[in-house]
Amino acid sequence: MAALARAETVLPLWVEEAIREAAAKERSAIARSQLSAILENVEIAAAGGVPLCQDTGLPVFRLEIGRNLSIPPFLEKAIAEGVRRATEEVPLRPNAVDPLTRKNSGDNTGPGMPDLIIDLVPGDCLRITAFPKGAGSENGSFLAMLNPADDPLDFVAVEVAKRAGRACAPVFVGVGIGGTFDLAARLAKKALLRMPGTSELDRKLLTEINRIGTGPMGLGGDTTALGVRIETALCHTASLPVAVNLQCWANRSASATVRDDGWNID
Amino acid sequence: MEHRLKTPISGEEVAALRAGDLVWISGTVYTARDRVHALLASGEKLPIDLAGAVIYHCGPLIRDGTVLSAGPTTSGRVGRFTREVVGRGVRLIVGKGGISEEAEALRGRAAYLAYPGGCGALAARQLSVKRLHLPELGMAEGLWELEAEGWGPMIVAIDASGGDLYREARCYRVGASKP
Repeated sequence: MAALARAETVLPLWVEEAIREAAAKERSAIARSQLSAILENVEIAAAGGVPLCQDTGLPVFRLEIGRNLSIPPFLEKAIAEGVRRATEEVPLRPNAVDPLTRKNSGDNTGPGMPDLIIDLVPGDCLRITAFPKGAGSENGSFLAMLNPADDPLDFVAVEVAKRAGRACAPVFVGVGIGGTFDLAARLAKKALLRMPGTSELDRKLLTEINRIGTGPMGLGGDTTALGVRIETALCHTASLPVAVNLQCWANRSASATVRDDGWNID
Repeated sequence: MEHRLKTPISGEEVAALRAGDLVWISGTVYTARDRVHALLASGEKLPIDLAGAVIYHCGPLIRDGTVLSAGPTTSGRVGRFTREVVGRGVRLIVGKGGISEEAEALRGRAAYLAYPGGCGALAARQLSVKRLHLPELGMAEGLWELEAEGWGPMIVAIDASGGDLYREARCYRVGASKP
């Protein structure tokens, strides 16, 4: 509950700094106006303790579970309870609906929600990262089973430039290449959780995306993406799965570390 | 150019807007997203007067009658209904991401304004709740009648005479000079 509340209202400092840096370099006046509105919004939300964006997202959490821990049987229920409390107390907009009837569950929980991404790690801590995911950028995400002869990075740059305007650019681009159909998508989501990427390939793709000129909110400019990270896995010799998970500028996340003697938000 | 407009919006006021201009709006603003647009498209009678109206693509976060966060939602999802919306008299559509495919439906009649996406806390400062129509659609999808006071600035992204910043952005390449 505390991690989700913080993620919704306070943008991680490194994200804010990335936006500030981009604004200083941006050549388009309209693009600069969008970036300065974003920075003003970040300040207002943090000062007032209100959600940065009315789309408070779907509740996605990453759990890093120490291998030495024995997992309490109520862990999933406790996280769902935290989502219900955050929905009431922050408050969050009830966003979760049945995909066919479109009926809203009213509290952001229900079948499949919250979505838990579980990783086993060394140690005896439990680290919970709240990563609320808005629809604008999730809707711009995509997956393709390319031909091994295709250039996956060129494909990603062109598709991202086309979609970023509607995904509240400047965006963060999580790329999963390889694996199976669903592993590629999981790699893309994990790439977002490990943002920003720093490899030479990450930086090259970032430059390529920004060269196309989609700009903040699609209104034109140099700042289409703020960060790119590519995660790979082996794939079948006949396959080339490529998945891209987009994240809007509001790259909201906050983590809580739980130990035997208590917990804290870091 | 800068424009401070008060609802209802006239045809002359819309005609004076050019892509790239800044706009501030005061008066009544109606939120409308997927569900309200489905009603609009089906020809359903709505409990509001859309002549000269401002429609906002937004599903706000509201608690006890106070707007907490109310940035725009992606206009692309409801762009296909632009002709029906404009046909009902709507003069300004506020959203994010654009409706370039439907820009022709605006020509001579209405304009599309871009409010910065994700800036919900910022927008909330200039918006207050007048009433909720169609509460059965829920908080995000309901038709909120909001009062705007000097709400902006927003950018004229698609004007009534064919100017379209999104289309220009698609033609923009590095090295090109941009104002």
